[in-house]
Amino acid sequence: MTDKKALEQITTKIWREEAEPDNPFAAAKSYCAGFDVYGDLLGKVSLIEYLWLLFKLDPPSKAQAHMLEALAVALANPGPRDHSVRGAMNAGVGGSTRASALIAAISIGAGNLGGAREVFVAMQYWQQCGTDLQSWIDIIDSPPQEERSDVWPEMEHTPGFDPNGASCPTPVKQLLDHLTSIEQSEALTWLQTNRQTLEQHAGSPLAFSGVAAATLFALGFEPEQAEMIFLLLRLPGAAVHALEQEKMGWSRYPFFGNGLTLTNDPGPVPNDD
Amino acid sequence: MMIEGLTNTPTGPERLKAYEDNWQTEMGAWFPGERVVLRGKDVFSELSNQSWMEFMVFAITGRDMSEFARVIEAMWLISSSFPDPRLWNNRVAALAGTARSTTALAAAAGNAVSEASIYGLRTSRGALDFLQRTEKKLNEGATLEDIIKKELHTYRAIYGYGRPLINIDERIKPLLKFAYSAGYKKNTLLILAFKIHDYFQTTKYKFQINISAIVAAISGDYGLTLNEFNDLAALSFSGGIFPCYIDARNNPEGSLFPLGVERILSTDQTTRTWKSEE
Repeated sequence: MTDKKALEQITTKIWREEAEPDNPFAAAKSYCAGFDVYGDLLGKVSLIEYLWLLFKLDPPSKAQAHMLEALAVALANPGPRDHSVRGAMNAGVGGSTRASALIAAISIGAGNLGGAREVFVAMQYWQQCGTDLQSWIDIIDSPPQEERSDVWPEMEHTPGFDPNGASCPTPVKQLLDHLTSIEQSEALTWLQTNRQTLEQHAGSPLAFSGVAAATLFALGFEPEQAEMIFLLLRLPGAAVHALEQEKMGWSRYPFFGNGLTLTNDPGPVPNDD
Repeated sequence: MMIEGLTNTPTGPERLKAYEDNWQTEMGAWFPGERVVLRGKDVFSELSNQSWMEFMVFAITGRDMSEFARVIEAMWLISSSFPDPRLWNNRVAALAGTARSTTALAAAAGNAVSEASIYGLRTSRGALDFLQRTEKKLNEGATLEDIIKKELHTYRAIYGYGRPLINIDERIKPLLKFAYSAGYKKNTLLILAFKIHDYFQTTKYKFQINISAIVAAISGDYGLTLNEFNDLAALSFSGGIFPCYIDARNNPEGSLFPLGVERILSTDQTTRTWKSEE
């Protein structure tokens, strides 16, 4: 038995619990930011409002909830060509665990190209540049160089823009238009106005990651929160495409049988049997 | 490698078009029902006598380094294979065991979490990065004192020096003993690593050298790049992760360090009611 006074605790501002009278390991009441989750929020709050509450510890305004919901809808399914969804489908076709499908989607969708790390870095740009066009041009032309090396690969393109893109894709523009129609947020309106100038300097078009970063910046999230939210919001598509391909099986899924060329093939080894 | 015919392709969709169903590689391939090639070598006939670690070193670096492969095994065994579920990455695997998740999910999560900042892959990569940068700056005429002061001023800490929970690192002696016995000869980066340690003892910080700096220095002395070192270290905590998962899986469900409600210290004691906006 541990001395009761010596019990280590988890310190949290987010959550509070009251124990069931017959079981100290079960909560009778759980409070999130002061709200009784099962006694009050349940039935009143939408999933998006609750997501906001978890991150912000205060309820969103109607416009804030609508903006986050619009972003959530736009990101929920990146489609089966997206790298992260492809990762999940690879788990599906091979009969891997369902959890591994989402781990695959998260691991891939975490990256610098179209992923959560890109959103994180783009958010840092927003924090640094705000809505000052010259600051954006400067940072695009001379991106910050970290002297110290990290486990994350260095960015190879302007965060928030697609290095493999041509013009700004219609859905990205539709999302940006819709978000600005909900609320004339300064950051999003500015992005809409200056998109083409920024694209010219980046040498590539605005991407969903860029709109996500701008939206989450406009909504007052921190870069670390934005990285997590982007990871979360893109999982539904990964899940359903993995399940669909699991049912279809590997034989109806691309293997790229003729897609690989080994340029230094030593050739078959002579059989000395 | 640069891909012939693709080196001058433009960016944008033209680049993707050039790569469509066109992955040209020197890394390797499977020839179904026939053979496997890795970096130009036939795996079954040319590499099958290698130890697993020799194979991994060749896979990651493209170089045959059997002495270093043996040293890496000792690095993993001595420095990152503590079968203790209190350590954060191991505890992830143990929680997977107590929650009755699968072996691979536990191992994947435990290893992913090992890419940490206060221990693990960020510290070891960071240590090699710092040693290599310091060596370069010293060669350019800077003094050790200036380099360290600037690094501390910018980042407030130096990877490879100091340690959470405890200052002494019990792993250094046995690892060095093994490395020397395996053939490693003390070289520039290990000498530098200890010089930095000695410098810290003359300052108020008194940071002790930790195993990350030793592992990084030895690996750097064997000629590893930062990425090679990082890639090779990615599974280095597995020796602690698996025992912790197995132990928790073999005990009653949910029995690993259970937390009662009183173990939550809430800093927000407010109670309020949700008002839906009309």
